[in-house]
Amino acid sequence: MKMSAETAATDATQEESKPGANYAEIIYNGIWKNNPALVQLLGLCPMLAVTSTVVNALGLGLATMVVLMGSNIAVSIIRNYVADAVRLPAFVMIIASFTTCIELIMQAYTYELYQILGIFIPLIVTNCAILGRADAFASRNPVLPSAIDGFMMGLGFMFILVTLGAMRELIGQGTLFSDMQLLFGDIALGWKWVVFENYPNVLFAVLPPGAFIGLGLLIAGKNYLDEREKKRIATQKAKDGPSASKRVRVTGQVS
Amino acid sequence: MALLRITSPHTQRAGRRTSWVMQMVILATIPGIVVQTWLFGWGTFINLMIACITALLSEAAILAIRRRPVGFFLKDYSALLTAVLLGVALPPVVPWWVTVTAVAFAIIFAKQLYGGLGNNPFNPAMVGYAIVLVSFPVPMSQWLGVHSMVSAGETLSFMQSLQAIFHQLPVIDSYTMATPLDGFKHKDLLDSQAAFSSIAALQGPSLNSWLWVNLAYLVGGLALIWLRIITWHTPVALLGALLIMSGAFHLFDPSNTATPFFHLTTGAAMFGAFFIATDPVSSCTSNRGKLIYGAGIGILIYIIRSWGGYPDGVAFGVLLMNFAAPLIDYYTQPRTYGHKKAKTGLKVGEDN
Repeated sequence: MKMSAETAATDATQEESKPGANYAEIIYNGIWKNNPALVQLLGLCPMLAVTSTVVNALGLGLATMVVLMGSNIAVSIIRNYVADAVRLPAFVMIIASFTTCIELIMQAYTYELYQILGIFIPLIVTNCAILGRADAFASRNPVLPSAIDGFMMGLGFMFILVTLGAMRELIGQGTLFSDMQLLFGDIALGWKWVVFENYPNVLFAVLPPGAFIGLGLLIAGKNYLDEREKKRIATQKAKDGPSASKRVRVTGQVS
Repeated sequence: MALLRITSPHTQRAGRRTSWVMQMVILATIPGIVVQTWLFGWGTFINLMIACITALLSEAAILAIRRRPVGFFLKDYSALLTAVLLGVALPPVVPWWVTVTAVAFAIIFAKQLYGGLGNNPFNPAMVGYAIVLVSFPVPMSQWLGVHSMVSAGETLSFMQSLQAIFHQLPVIDSYTMATPLDGFKHKDLLDSQAAFSSIAALQGPSLNSWLWVNLAYLVGGLALIWLRIITWHTPVALLGALLIMSGAFHLFDPSNTATPFFHLTTGAAMFGAFFIATDPVSSCTSNRGKLIYGAGIGILIYIIRSWGGYPDGVAFGVLLMNFAAPLIDYYTQPRTYGHKKAKTGLKVGEDN
């Protein structure tokens, strides 16, 4: 976890060194290249524990996203007024207050989902993805890029959570989008989609071990796509041949 | 003096091809298969067919995806062996999709994703078994009873077995009964003597049927030892540990535990000892290691049977000891001829 936080930190310093924030890069980093769930492997505990259905995953994903965005904005605002020595306690305090807000909101509006997710809502505080982004990005960047970074990282996290939830719900129970009314109210009562009729419950996929295998498959899928993209770029380069204007260089690579 | 000849663990003698070894192990299960078919009807046989087809298809599919030579690896019979072991381990009338799930998971996840034959840290057959045992507890606990014990009074016919496996057989309940281990597990407050005289699964014919199954696998296993495909170390250590554990606890508390004879002749004791625990890939390599490995499985089987959540513990015992196999191997390296005593583990602060 520490290592990935450090790589995130180096990423952030690279981003910071550029004049002005590169929004496209922030978006790409959050959703794909530096995805908190697939690449940094942060927040594994809630990810493996609550992704047994789409609605659980979506609920926790949304909560995490809101906390991540809020904490990134708040950390970014106070970044110039907090001494380096006490920055981590300060960040944790901020994250904890946002988590408490979310917990109270969920208790008020989606009480059943709050009960299902249980301990994992307060545990958002300990989600390393949030502290990692606060320390690696928000504490070094202005408010707007930080907010976008928080949103995109949260979106990337939520996206994987929901994908994993859908996989496990489909394999485990043969349905999709069951109990969505817990999150969206009475409109969602008819959203449940029974994909396979008379499906025998596959307990293995419902239990946490299934989440490990599902996550492994997702990571493998991402690596496969990255690998293919890399190959495609390499063949494209080979086909194009060396660039037309070449100057004699004594250092570095000729491209 | 005898020189140690341990190179590749699956070939105790030189010049034996993997496919020959696998074929012989498959052939050695035949006595067990025959006895199971005789006692519990055609279900095992149909399971074997489904399992073999699934194994070959999933192995071929994954090999094609991994761009490996398909024919070459299919002809080493290792996928078929996994299928056969799973086919006889699963209950005889388990629905077809349970068999397909177990075999496909064993081949794809437990074997090929780790790199194919020789690279899997866990016994593929037992991974597949454990997956379906955890996922589908109801069909997996539905064993057929021997014909004189069940209310139908006969074994399932071939057509009935087909119907039970592929569709649904409403009268299946009159053919099934608890296995002796299951019956003993759920004796609740009865003491052993009352349990053996009152519970149906613990009566003579039921116990004898399992005795026959275990004897058949014992015969197959002895043939494997005679052919030098497996060594005696793992099975003897496993059965010995099971014997000592059950004997000690039976002496200590005879009113709540079963006899060692009961433990050795019910469930998958012999099948596990000779066919599962001796898997050359996922078990230990050195002879001393095999003794420790087998004893560990025997102890775990007794612990799971007595205090665990499942009636039999062979699958989980083997999987747990598979975790430990590399460590055991590390600490039991045999001495190389002409060298000093083998190093047994890390020596901190020394460079050797």
